[in-house]
Amino acid sequence: MFELPVQQLVFLFLASIAIFAAFNVILQRNPIYTALGLIGVMCSLAGTYLLLSAQFVAAMQVIVYAGAIMVLFVFVIMLLNVRREESRLDKGKYLKIVAPLLFVALLAEVFYVAKAVPNPPASAIAADGVHPYGTIESIGEAMFSTYLFPFEATSVLILMAMVGALFLAKKRTTQEAETLGQMILEMTPRISAADSSTAEKIEEPARKIAA
Amino acid sequence: MVPLSWYLALSAVLFTIGVAGFLLQRNIISLFMCIELMLNSVNLTFVAFSRFLNQNTGQLFVFIVMAIAAAEAAVGLAIMISVFRNRETLSIDEDNLLRL
Repeated sequence: MFELPVQQLVFLFLASIAIFAAFNVILQRNPIYTALGLIGVMCSLAGTYLLLSAQFVAAMQVIVYAGAIMVLFVFVIMLLNVRREESRLDKGKYLKIVAPLLFVALLAEVFYVAKAVPNPPASAIAADGVHPYGTIESIGEAMFSTYLFPFEATSVLILMAMVGALFLAKKRTTQEAETLGQMILEMTPRISAADSSTAEKIEEPARKIAA
Repeated sequence: MVPLSWYLALSAVLFTIGVAGFLLQRNIISLFMCIELMLNSVNLTFVAFSRFLNQNTGQLFVFIVMAIAAAEAAVGLAIMISVFRNRETLSIDEDNLLRL
């Protein structure tokens, strides 16, 4: 009897959503819609991970990527209110020709290579129940034994990123800014003696923060 | 069962779309999101190979890639906030200096 290829149909459905959303990411001008497209890509990829029986990664994809990282992006987009500079963004016209050409070339190259990939049958998931594939149990065991060092290195990296982000985005107090601005203003005569165009560029923003 | 090459093809398409977007977009935040798109497509390759070789290692790589992406997003967005505060624009044609 003819069996409906359910998995293939689900894959094609998810893949078409992912590709549609990805084109949304690169063609939208408003960053909010770009972020929305990216969330679509991530959610459909999470579905694909489920098809590959990687439940843990699928859950992480939705929680960490679509949840935490994208919320950070949307938060910053709204904080900076980027919409008003859309009209200034249409420079670099030659890239509009280069990008599709490169896209087609890369795609042709990749499919040429992918045709040579043999299609191995997926090995059957071990049914002994000791190390079920893709569960939190088996991944956690590998993470805290064989791959303990990379895991700890990742945690240090995230700590460093956290401190760095706090330092970079911190708003300087007005007093600090005034001192900084005055320091730059005091230096401008000396800079203009050497290079007048740079001094002109610096002077106006320096006055702004010194005030 | 979906063959391996289908997953690889989807991943390749998403990656090339990300590359094209990196050239097309003119806004730093959108460029960042194109990078995230490319990272995601690589993750798909990792998980697909992990499944077809029946090893968990690929999934651990995905975990680490996600952590790197989170760190990158945090630092990058902080840089954007401080650049925007000084220059009031996020266009890459104008923000070509990382100093005042």
